[in-house]
Amino acid sequence: MALRSGESSSLATTSDRKKQLVVAFSRVWAWVFLTGLIIFFAISVSIQSGGDVNFLTIRNSQNILMAIVPVLLMGLGQTFVVIAAGIDLSVGWVMGLASVVSALVIVDLVERGTSETLAIAIGCLAGILAAMLPGVVNGVIIAKLRIPSFIVTLGMSFIARGVAFLLSGGNVVGGQPQGVRHLGNEALFYLISGPGGGLYFLRPPAVTGEALRQMDRIFQWPVVIAFVLLLVMLFVLRKTQFGRHVYAIGGNREAALRAGIPVDRHLIVLYTLSAATAGIAGVLTTARFSGGSSIAGDPLLLSSIAAVIIGGASMYGGHGSVSGTLIGALIIAVMTTGLVMLNVQPFWQYIVVGIIVILAVLIDQARDIIVGRIETG
Amino acid sequence: MEAMLSVRNLVKRFGGLVAVNRVGLEINAGEVVGLVGDNAAGKSTLIKCISGVYQADEGEISFQGQRAHFARPIDARQAGIETIYQDLALAGNLGISANIFLGREVKTKYLGGLVHTLNENLMNTASKKVLDALDIRFANFSEKIEKLSGGQRQAVAIGRAMYWEAKLMIMDEPTNNLGVIEQRKVLDLIGRLRSERVPVILISHTLPDVFAVTDRIIVMHRGRKVAEKRTGDTNSQEIVQYMVGALDDSARMSAPPSE
Repeated sequence: MALRSGESSSLATTSDRKKQLVVAFSRVWAWVFLTGLIIFFAISVSIQSGGDVNFLTIRNSQNILMAIVPVLLMGLGQTFVVIAAGIDLSVGWVMGLASVVSALVIVDLVERGTSETLAIAIGCLAGILAAMLPGVVNGVIIAKLRIPSFIVTLGMSFIARGVAFLLSGGNVVGGQPQGVRHLGNEALFYLISGPGGGLYFLRPPAVTGEALRQMDRIFQWPVVIAFVLLLVMLFVLRKTQFGRHVYAIGGNREAALRAGIPVDRHLIVLYTLSAATAGIAGVLTTARFSGGSSIAGDPLLLSSIAAVIIGGASMYGGHGSVSGTLIGALIIAVMTTGLVMLNVQPFWQYIVVGIIVILAVLIDQARDIIVGRIETG
Repeated sequence: MEAMLSVRNLVKRFGGLVAVNRVGLEINAGEVVGLVGDNAAGKSTLIKCISGVYQADEGEISFQGQRAHFARPIDARQAGIETIYQDLALAGNLGISANIFLGREVKTKYLGGLVHTLNENLMNTASKKVLDALDIRFANFSEKIEKLSGGQRQAVAIGRAMYWEAKLMIMDEPTNNLGVIEQRKVLDLIGRLRSERVPVILISHTLPDVFAVTDRIIVMHRGRKVAEKRTGDTNSQEIVQYMVGALDDSARMSAPPSE
């Protein structure tokens, strides 16, 4: 008898330990996967190129960071929306709209003789505001008229697309002053390796030719802006009442209402925020390519949603995190870059991203089944 | 003595259905009133009108001598009416203290009030205190509700209502998910509220519980109030007769039913 009870208690602890392991794994798998991915590419790129190409370079890391900026920014706003049990499908074309509006305003102001800096500042602001308007409309319709977010934002996506094309005439809005390109490409640090090189802060060294080509830009402005925003939103979601209420609304909307949380107002703010981060992505795209492009955001929309899901957010609401979305965006960008460097046909990246998205959800679900989470409300 | 809560001729319709039909009741300080009736008798709808979840179509509610218009549940809570709902109204993805303080989070101010952060330590300590007082122990106050058992969830909902020091406590089937010992604790708790002169409206299907703790019993049947008895003057057979519609005092009570 004594032996049997001893057995059963040790059985219970093993299953508890197993559960803890599952939970721990589900929490860290994305980090582990990202690390594994980087190691894999570092080795395979080096082997394939016979040691000529190195995956782990500063330049490559900066390219990856620049690549994730728009996906990450759209994903940040989307994270909040998804945690609150919604989705925002309009951000792709809203980003394009912001890009076009900012470019048009800058060109117009410069032509009127406004100083370049002021023109760029007003243009960026105008782009972000132009993005926020459809966000407010999304939020009001979803919150007050109770129309599913999927439908409202799908409709808004077409509207933003039409407006962006009408404003731009379907072309890239060029004619941007130099300052625009600086905003999108200059950096916090500049590094020239080798003899006679050095690390420069804010101002690029006056070099030309081969030396200029050797120069690495570290933390370009779009990256800096995106990561400052990321930190702010991480703080808001984890440490503030606003963030707590986002989770509450997604977890149990009725409970949130009864607790006195102004759910409608909160939803309107969330969709406006989502549009605003897409707007910032649009403005930074204008800056990076020195031109306003209405189509820049559309191909990135689904990547940004994929990043949010890989990061552990649940489409049923209530779960998700800013750091998860960052990891999701990094996984997609590292993989895309790595495959290109391996000379794999770029189309493979879509297939791999698709597999990772489905895998991420399967891992979350397996965890819930094993741990025995029961949904409430 | 003036009644703490007074409801007169309350009517709530959902489309063609009259869920609550000209119901009146009064609750005095320190009084425990049982609200019983079969399923769909209108008990939960009635208390949701009182707690601001629904707005009554007709009739009036007075609380502490004042006409009360609770447009939202938070209005009722701010007036001092705490409700433990049958569905508990907990966010499963949030922790214990996050739920106890839901909508009324304690914040720390920084930069002269420009930035507010959640004061998790204070909320955890306060949650532990209120649940300790109820003899409910949790190891980890950030444990998510969805990982707790039914009884533990019930305990959190009760703890939340207790923390905010209600002037009127409404409990909708509070012993539903509980084991025998936990049920006992809830009944003790009602006794404690009575001794602190906090009135309680108790909705329950468990008649022995109702008889054990109430001073008065109100029976509803198909949206109408069909009986109001002092607990000492009646017995469960009689109450059951009212619940199934075999007996009906509504004609003898003040307000005639509409339609």
